Order: sequence, then C-alpha cells, then structure tokens
Amino acid sequence: MGVYLVQFLSGLASASALFLAASGLSIIFGVTRVVNFAHGSFYMLGAFFGYTFVREVGGGAIGFWVALLLAALAVGLVGLLVEFVILRRLYKAPELFQLIATFGVILIVQDAALWVWGPEDLLGPRAPGLTGIVRIFGTPMPVYDLVLIGVGPLVLAALWLLFNRTRWGILVRAATEDREMVGALGVNQSLLFTGAFVLGSMLAGLGGAIQLPKGGADLLMDFGILAEMFVVVVVGGMGSIFGAFLAAVLISLLNTFGILIWPSGTLVLMFILMAVILVVRPTGLLGRPESGGHKTEVGVEQALRPAGPHYKIFIGLLLALLLAAPLIVEEFYLVLITDVLVLALFATSLHFLMSTGGLVSFGHAAFYGGGAYAAALLVTYAATPFELALLLAPLGAGLLALVIGWFCVRLSGVYFAMLTLAFAQVAWSVVFQWSDLTNGDDGLLGIWPSAWASGTQVYYLLALAISAGGIFLIRRVVFAPFGYGLRATRDSNLRAAAIGIDIKRQQLAAFVFAGAMAGLAGGLFVFSKGSVFPDEMSIPRSFDALLMVLLGGVDSLSGPFVGAAAFTYLHDELITFEYWRLLLGLTIVALVLLFPQGLAGAAKHHLGRYLKLEAGSAGRAKQADEGRPA
Amino acid sequence: MLTIEKIHSYYGQAHILSDVSLSLSPGEIVVLIGRNGAGKSTTIKSIMGMVKVTQGSIRFGGDELFGEPPYRIARRGIGYVPEERRVFARLTIQENLEAGRQPPRDGAPRWQVDDLFDLFPNLAEARHRAAGTLSGGEQQMLTIARTLMGNPGCILLDEPSEGLAPVVVEQIIKVIQQIKGQSLPILLSEQNLYFASLVSDRAYVIETGRIRFSGTMRELEENAEIRQQYLAV
Amino acid sequence: MSDTATARAAEQPSLSIRNLSKAFGGVQAVNDVSFDLAKGELLALIGPNGAGKSTCFNMLNGQIRADSGSVRLAGEELIGRSPADIWRRGVGRTFQITATFPSMTVAENVAMVLMSQRRELFSLFRTAVHRHRDKALALLDLVGMAAQADRPCGVLSYGDLKRVELAVALGNEPRVLLMDEPTAGMAPRERIELMGLAARLVSDLGLSVLFTEHDMDIVFGHAGRIIVLSRGALIAEGTAQEIRSNPLVLKTYLGEGQIYGRAEG
Repeated sequence: MGVYLVQFLSGLASASALFLAASGLSIIFGVTRVVNFAHGSFYMLGAFFGYTFVREVGGGAIGFWVALLLAALAVGLVGLLVEFVILRRLYKAPELFQLIATFGVILIVQDAALWVWGPEDLLGPRAPGLTGIVRIFGTPMPVYDLVLIGVGPLVLAALWLLFNRTRWGILVRAATEDREMVGALGVNQSLLFTGAFVLGSMLAGLGGAIQLPKGGADLLMDFGILAEMFVVVVVGGMGSIFGAFLAAVLISLLNTFGILIWPSGTLVLMFILMAVILVVRPTGLLGRPESGGHKTEVGVEQALRPAGPHYKIFIGLLLALLLAAPLIVEEFYLVLITDVLVLALFATSLHFLMSTGGLVSFGHAAFYGGGAYAAALLVTYAATPFELALLLAPLGAGLLALVIGWFCVRLSGVYFAMLTLAFAQVAWSVVFQWSDLTNGDDGLLGIWPSAWASGTQVYYLLALAISAGGIFLIRRVVFAPFGYGLRATRDSNLRAAAIGIDIKRQQLAAFVFAGAMAGLAGGLFVFSKGSVFPDEMSIPRSFDALLMVLLGGVDSLSGPFVGAAAFTYLHDELITFEYWRLLLGLTIVALVLLFPQGLAGAAKHHLGRYLKLEAGSAGRAKQADEGRPA
Repeated sequence: MLTIEKIHSYYGQAHILSDVSLSLSPGEIVVLIGRNGAGKSTTIKSIMGMVKVTQGSIRFGGDELFGEPPYRIARRGIGYVPEERRVFARLTIQENLEAGRQPPRDGAPRWQVDDLFDLFPNLAEARHRAAGTLSGGEQQMLTIARTLMGNPGCILLDEPSEGLAPVVVEQIIKVIQQIKGQSLPILLSEQNLYFASLVSDRAYVIETGRIRFSGTMRELEENAEIRQQYLAV
Repeated sequence: MSDTATARAAEQPSLSIRNLSKAFGGVQAVNDVSFDLAKGELLALIGPNGAGKSTCFNMLNGQIRADSGSVRLAGEELIGRSPADIWRRGVGRTFQITATFPSMTVAENVAMVLMSQRRELFSLFRTAVHRHRDKALALLDLVGMAAQADRPCGVLSYGDLKRVELAVALGNEPRVLLMDEPTAGMAPRERIELMGLAARLVSDLGLSVLFTEHDMDIVFGHAGRIIVLSRGALIAEGTAQEIRSNPLVLKTYLGEGQIYGRAEG
C-alpha cells in the first residue's frame, strides 16, 4: 500500500519539472510558431546554472530557492539572446530554417556546457531544510518530493492568471491565433515574441533547476527531456497548458509505476500510452483541432518538373565522373565518396517526404539506423548472407516506418514532426537499452560484405549503383500517379479528400517508402563501416539529414548529393577540433542567418536560370489562405 | 488627412499595385471598388504596412507612414478592419475588445467598451462568449468594435459585406453611418456596388492594380462605360 | 416555374434528406431538416451566416457525421459513409474558397480526379505527366478553360479557378453537385456567366445541383427552387416569388431589400 502511494507521489513530483519545461515549449510555439528544439538545452542549462548558483549563494533555505530562481532568470537571459540574435531574423523564413537554427543552438549549448561544467555528471545539491524523509505507511518518501508536487499546480495557477487576467496574457493568446492581426491593432509583436520566448525559456530553466536534488545535471539531459516534452505536448494537446499538466502527470506516473511492473519496458509503456491517446483523440487530451489550415512550410514546395535537356546532360556528366572515380582518385577519397553516396540516398528519401509529401520528419534516422540494425542483427544472429541482409534492410526499416507512420500520419504539420521525433527517440532508446540484443552503446561489430564486394573499389561501385538506383527510383515515384496523389494531399487537404483520395493512406505509403529507402542507405552504411552504433538512430543523425536537405538543392536530382557532399566535407573539417559541435553549431546558425531564404534556393536561383530549370515553379502565395474555415 | 501618392506594392515577386494614389478627407466615406484580385485589399494592406511597398508616399495627419511596421501605423491612428473578419476565435468578446485597446488620441473620437456595447447591443449580451461561436454577422460587428477600441483617427474597412446575409449587411450600413456621424473618415473596399452606393461619398475604381476612375459616387453611377468595363455590371 | 418544380419533385428525387440533425457541444447546428433535391434541379439553400448551411453541406458529403437522420442518393443511404465513398457514388462538390492543387497545371488538376476515380494512385512506376490528358482537356473545354490547360493553377484569376473547380467536380461524372457559394468574390457579370454554365450542365448532363449563395440576384435569377435555413431549422421552401414575400424570411435573412434586386426590379 505504502509503496504504491509513495510511488504515486513520486510520479507527481517528477511531473512538475516536466510540466514546467513542456508548458514553456507550448507557449513559445503558440506565439512564435517556432518549435524550439533548443528547449531541452534550456532545461539542461537550468540544471547546470542551478548547480552553480546553489554553490555560490545557496547557503540557507532561502538561498537555495533564490539560487533556483536565479538559474531560471539566467536561462531566460540565454533565451533572450537566442531570440534576439537568431530567431528574430527568421520568423518569416520557412520553418525548416528556424528548426535547423535551434538545432545549431543545441550543439552550441552542448559544447558550452562541456567547457564550463566539464564532462562529469554533477550530483545535485540537496535542498536545505528539506533533506529529510517522511514515512508514508512505512515507506520512506523524500520531503523535497512533496514540495515538488506543489510546484506544478502552483505554476499552472500562475500561468492561468497571467493568460486570463492580464492584458499581456490576452495579447499573447490573441497572437497565438493571429499574430499579424495583433500587430495591425497596434501591438508591438517583436516585444510580445521576445517576452513569450523569455517566459518559455525561464520555465524550462526552472524545470531543470527544481529537479536538481532529484536528478542532478548531466550533458545528456537535453535530448532526453526533449522527446518527453514533445510527447507531453502532443498527448496533452497543443497549446493547452492544462493539457500539458495532465499529460506530464500521466507520463510521469506511467514511468514511476512502469519501473515497478516492468523495469526495462517503461519506454514501451510510454509509447503505448501515446499511441492509445492519439488513436482515441488525435488532437490530444485537451487539444482542439487547429483553427485554419496551418501547414508546416518547409520552403521546398514548388512543383517538380521533368528534367530539361541541359539538366540531363549535367546528370550524365556527374554519373560518368563518379563511375570513373576509382581510376582517378585514391582509395581514401573513394571511402569518403561512398559515405557521400550513402548519405545522398538517405537525404533524398527525406527530401521526397518533405517536398512531395509536405511531411517534415524529425526522426528520419530511425529508419536509416533501423535499416542498418536490421542488416547487422540478421548477420549477427542469423548468419544471413550479405546480399540478402542488404535486401532485407529496407524491408526492416519499412516495417518500422509502417508502425511509426501509422500513428504519425494522424497528425499534420508540426505535430507530425514532433511525433516522428518522439518515436525516433523511443526507437533509439530501445536499441540503446536492450543491450542483450544490440550490445547497447558498444554496438554491433564485424558486419562485413561478402568477399567479392569487400574491396574498396567494388564496394564503392556497388554503393554508387544502389544509391543512384534508389535516387532514380524515388524520382520515378515522384512523377508517377502515386507521387501526384501525394502532392495533391500536400497542396490541398480539402480538395484531395473531396476527390476521393485517402489522405492518410497516401501519406502512410509515402512514409513507408521513404523509410525503406533510408533503410537501404542504412544497409549500405553498415556494410561499408563493418559496425553500427545507436548513434545512427539518434536525433542528431535525423538533423544531419535535415541539414543535408537544407544544404543541397531542393528541387533537383543532384540536390541531396550536393547536400551530402557539403555536409561530409563540413563534418570532416570540423571533427578534428575538440569543440567541433560548437563550431558546427555556429556554422549552421551563420548559414541560416546569412541565407534565410535558403542556401540551395539562392544557388538554384542563379544556377537554375542558367540551366533553364525554372520551368514551373508555381506560386503558392495565391492559395496561402486556402483551407480557412468558412 | 490620409494621402497616398504613387505607391507600388509587391507580393513576393509579383507586382500588385502600380502608381496608386488616393486621398481621404475628414468625415468622408470613400469606396475603393473593383473585382476580386483587382488590388483593393492590397491597397489597404499597403497602407497598414502589411505588404511590401517599394516606392511612393503614405501620409496621415502629417506623419509619413511609408516603411513603418504595422503596429506603429496602427498607433498613429489608422484603424484596420480586415477582410474575413479575423476575430480571435478562442478569446471572449470582451477579451477581443481588450486586445484592440489603445490610448485615446487628440482629434479622434474616444470609445469605451460601454459605448461600443451601446452601438452593438448583440455583443453586450454575449460578452463572455468565445468569439468563434458567434455568427458571421456578429463577428463582423466585433471586428469593427475591436478596431474602434484603438480610438482611431480613420478606418480602413476591407470588404465588410462579403459573404454576409442581406439583413446583416443592412445592419452594417447603419453602423457605418453612425460612425460617420462621429466624423470618422472611412476608406472602404468593396465589390458590391449597391452597398457602396448606399454609404459612400466618393469612389475610386481599381483594376489590375491601377486606379482607373476617381469621382463622386454619383459620377460613377452615371458612368455606364466605367461600370461595364471595370466592374462588369 | 412553380409547376415544373413541383412536377419534378414528384419524381424519384436524386437526393432525399430526412430529419437531418447535428449538434456541436450543445449547440444545435442543424435541427431536423428534411428536403428533396429533384433530378435535374438547381436548388438554392440560403440563410444567415451560422444558420447551418455549411454543416448541412458537410454532412451531405460525409465530412461531418450527422447525429441522426438520413440522406439517400437514389435510394441509397449515405450517412455513415466516408467522403471518398460518397464521392465515388456520385456526389461532387465545389468549395466556397477555391481549393485546387496550386503546384499542378490546370490539366493536371483535372487529371488528378481521373487518376483517383480509376484507383491509380498507388501506381509507382507509370508516369503521370500526361496521363488522361485528352479526357481532362475535354472536361476543361466544357467549362471554357481548355486554352489555359497548361498554366499552373497557382497563377489563375479567381473566376478561372472557380471554373477549374467545376471541371474537377465534373471529372467523376457526378449525379449530384454541391456548390458552396459558387459566385462568392466574383464580379456581377462573371457570376451570371458561371451560373449560366451551371444551368447548362444541369440540363445537358442531367445533374442535380444544390448551392448556397448570398447574392440574392443570383439566387432569384437562377434557382428553380429555394429553401431557407435559420438557426439550424428549415423555415421556408418555395419559388423565388414565394420566398421573396415570406415575412419570416424577410425578417431573418433578406431584410428590407436594400442591397439586391435593383438589376431586375
């Protein structure tokens, strides 16, 4: 009895920090329409700042709480800096750029925290005066947890008052619905945005700080909490603070009780809970359907036209050059180009989903890594021959995509994106934690191709054939009735449904196809390296794919190849530095800020004019208002 | 008091307005009339700073508005009632009005919430209801009331009759006449010539982004050629 | 007019709506509505904003599920079927705010319908670039848009988009066409042309059309019969003349007649 009650209370206690962070994310998204990927980093910073401030000023009971508030304030300042220097310039840019920029911030914060606080996990200080335990029916319960239980509802009440009883709150809610209109009524939107961003950041920081005595501070907190926050926001219902609170409680309880019932399966439980709720209520517990047809604008929505003659010649030359490469360059470079080919197929599969389907997946690495693991597991446990394993890699990834996609296509736009990320994080955790099967962090080793394909040159040519073949297949599908049907669902949901297109089915099929293609790339990858680690499924790898799409030409066959090449080059240049994440993050932010309309877009504009590629970039401004409710 | 001289406006790359000039004097109601896509809403959004204006001048009471962000333009006293109403659907009527509140300004009529509830008795009864649950006509009234909460010195009214029942349009005509009684000038964009002729003093006809006719409402009604050519009546 | 309308209504109706109701969170949006759409009829559905016209339309094509009631298409029950299913059975629709695929050409927009109708959308390898072009051009010819077949839909004028929508709706060879404010946002002459086109399609193809509209000149000039909704309930049904002189309709919808009707007096 006591055990369960304590477990219940302890779940409520963990819910508070999660709720604080998630409500901040929700507020920021509501007002600025930016999904702040760096929100997990703000949470982590809150913990680190809290650690430092408690040591500096947190002597007594009051000092401790002052220190936590100072930590929240400090994170608010970081948020202010991020908003002011980066996001403010990107509000009008396609969403993809904002996301990539906040991802750059994640990298910067990771290395900054490493530099300031070092690589060791920090043990959280205990709260003075609250270090004791109480016994509930004989079971011990930390007093601090009881205090934490109160913090969530307290903040919830404060937020409710703020949003319903103050003019600022009313304006924030108004801006959440129609920010342009708020501006036209004489409200300085910039200030409102900055305010909302700072408030959201502070909530994340406070969330990170108050959990210090329970969980301490470490460098892996950012991605861990990020996926959980996304789950909370999606399950609770976007834009509903009450919903976020409910979902945070639900998920925390599930976690704490899950440990009692099925210690290794808590993530699976979370997955099932999320799935059930989304099937029953696609808008989340307290969410309302999006008013208007808010769509994720990825900036790659133009029509694709069949290649013109100049372009075909260009592609022919590129292929000829790649075919001749083994005669021209050293083996070292062949390995590098093999990497590029693998990544190009990976990026093309994501690009297909984004451009033709309008579906931005933040978790595409789940399928890339999924394919790699499928092949590696088959080789390790079933002694599957190389050729068959390579063939089964896309199948495995496709099956995974079928399961994940079945849930994800129920949502659209940014919710779809968040859900893909959450599922990918679950997939990563399964691989990471199920070490009996996957060897966890040590990875699966010794996954080599058959003797005939093991030479660098032969494997390079094989990778070239498969990657080029895959890319051509994807392109073929784009121009097939299937691709047209998919584009129809992207262009106008309303019209697509009215002409009998089963939108979800079309999208799911596309998701599975793209997942399978990413899996094929993953299969190629694992046999080129001989090993696979959980990293290949991680959030950063998903972002690599997004970055490649951003860097490469978005409208063209060669785009993802160019993107993959640029990415590989960038990565290889930076990896030699100790703080390479910092440099990569800064580079990403700089690229996005310098070319807010898209690096590829700018290049394509000039190059395309030269190559006469601009056949039909149909405007989309005209139908920007489609789908508004009557 | 509002003078627009030779503005050119763009939506992305598309050149929407060319060389548009018009003016609005105190106490007068001027209609900008033309068919869908002719440039009416773009003209109004250009004044509000909501679309890119590349050249020309927009002056209001001696201030140059060209290049200013929308919120500053609104604070100078331009009240904007958008097309398709755009109420904040999840906010109550009272909260919608609160969102429009701006300090009173000299030379412009002052509006309090109670004045507006007098003008729109329907809204008063429903003040704690979410705006999204109102009928189309009530929402149109609410957007006008919300704009008046900013105590504007002139009003831009974008297609107020579009998609509304005839009986509601008649109510809107009465409201416009009452506002005019406060000597607030109104620039109205409209397609419906009947509606325009009932409330307006002067008219500009716009087609493919250029002003094609300017004159009194009566001159327009008598000019069958212009009506045929640009308004397809 | 009145006699032929009644005579038609006496035949087997295309669409037979009985006791249709729908509530949203306690608000009765549509309350016990019954009417028939006769074969070859142009029937107008009018009423104030928020009277339930859109909800009614959305129930007829399956986008919203009715709480109770029945909708029969030539005897077949439609309630409970998906929008795609209802569309396949021959109920087409156009939208108040045009909904086309802006990244495709006019001809491709129409070809999309044909591909969907023929269940080709999961075909992965055939090219779709000029698929069903002849049939698409023929449909575009019907609405006078064949000359613009290769322009992207995103750059068309509003009136032309409406015509494309009509061609798209006809692609499925519907028996019933639902048109939601077909002339909204058009100039008077364009309005008359579009409704003339609709009337021609009704007589040439044997279509039945149900449309909503706020332009009373269009309603009185083109509809064979008119039904009036107010606060979710059907308050009147009849010819133009009957509706124009119905005191309840005047009070709830038409008003004093200031803003329509001068064209024909």
